[in-house]
Amino acid sequence: MTKKEWPLWEVFIRSKAGLNHKHVGSLRAADAHMAIENARDVYTRRSEGISIWVVESNNLVASDPSDADSLFEPADSKVYRHPTFYDVPDGISHM
Amino acid sequence: MRDINISELERKFQEKIDNDVKIEPNDWMPEEYRQTLIRQISQHAHSEIVGMLPEGNWITRAPNLRRKAVLLAKVQDEAGHGLYLYSATETLGADREETIDDLHSGKAKYSSIFNYPTLTWADMGAIGWLVDGAAIMNQVPLCRCSYGPYARAMVRVCKEESFHQRQGFEIMTQLAQGTPEQKAMAQDALNRFWWPALMMFGPSDADSKHTAQSVQWKIKRHTNDELRQQFVEVTVPQAELIGLTVPDKDLKFNEANGHYEFGEIDWTEFWEVVKGNGPCNKDRLDARRKAKENGMWVREAANAFAAKRAARKSA
Ligand SMILES: [Fe+2]
Ligand SMILES: [Fe+2]
Repeated sequence: MTKKEWPLWEVFIRSKAGLNHKHVGSLRAADAHMAIENARDVYTRRSEGISIWVVESNNLVASDPSDADSLFEPADSKVYRHPTFYDVPDGISHM
Repeated sequence: MRDINISELERKFQEKIDNDVKIEPNDWMPEEYRQTLIRQISQHAHSEIVGMLPEGNWITRAPNLRRKAVLLAKVQDEAGHGLYLYSATETLGADREETIDDLHSGKAKYSSIFNYPTLTWADMGAIGWLVDGAAIMNQVPLCRCSYGPYARAMVRVCKEESFHQRQGFEIMTQLAQGTPEQKAMAQDALNRFWWPALMMFGPSDADSKHTAQSVQWKIKRHTNDELRQQFVEVTVPQAELIGLTVPDKDLKFNEANGHYEFGEIDWTEFWEVVKGNGPCNKDRLDARRKAKENGMWVREAANAFAAKRAARKSA
């Protein structure tokens, strides 16, 4: 047996039909299949989910928090993307 | 130059905390904040796991099937709490295996309440009511802790805890209303668990070395003594309601300020148990070590099975 420790998995759960899968935490398991079984026991003991995704944590790529300012700056300067930017005359409805 | 950067980072970090912005795993944080959290969260995780032992002791002897199913579900929840928390320590860069080995070597601490034996069925009542009750009091403010993964784990834990306390109080209530022998058993359990439950909040504020920094970092929102007082305020009337007597001759309700006053905690006992000299410290650690050693083949088998399944898939 070469690897001693089970890899780490990130767990995502869809709480009910129509909603996104949401990250709930992580756990360790020998493979993806067992990660799903463990996630069932660890994160859905009270019917918290109808679907589970697991992703090995190593495969997750995240943005760097220290780059957040420059990464998200372009969105901050474009207020005209929001409806509140525009003047609508009084009396106009359905808009 | 580097020093200026660090102090600037520290200033920004504290500013986030002051503005109730959560700290997430990849964010910059002072090394001491990281170490404090690793220590606290891993101790918390160990407490959940070691805490399964005193109750696990009674699963096979629960008085009926309903009680047995409930106790089993509660103990399983505690395992889940331990797992959420070990995962949270891993987000801080702690190695899970080392964390667990620190428990087994006696280097890491866990809540000293679990070093007391569970002698009768009534102890299952006293533990749910008092020990989970005290744990809830400690954990509710942690739902707003500055470290995101810890706070989120606590939200989940707190949701699950409320049934733990209720099932314990139900056991106590029924025993207290039962035969004289049953009532005596409930009273005896309260007598043995009351003081250790008060000790669960930790040393008094005057002797608590970590409190001030933890409050500034919003890891802690209340001091040990504040939480202990709150616990006494809510628990004493519950005992009275079911006809049990809190074992404290100095306990009295102060009409003038509307608060309970209670007797001096035996801190010598507290520190002895923390140091490893409680009635069950050795048993608990032995049980955990054995669980790891005897369960090692399961881990290896899972790895072997995973390898086999992967080979079959690629074939
Ligand atoms: Fe718990
Ligand atoms: Fe609990």
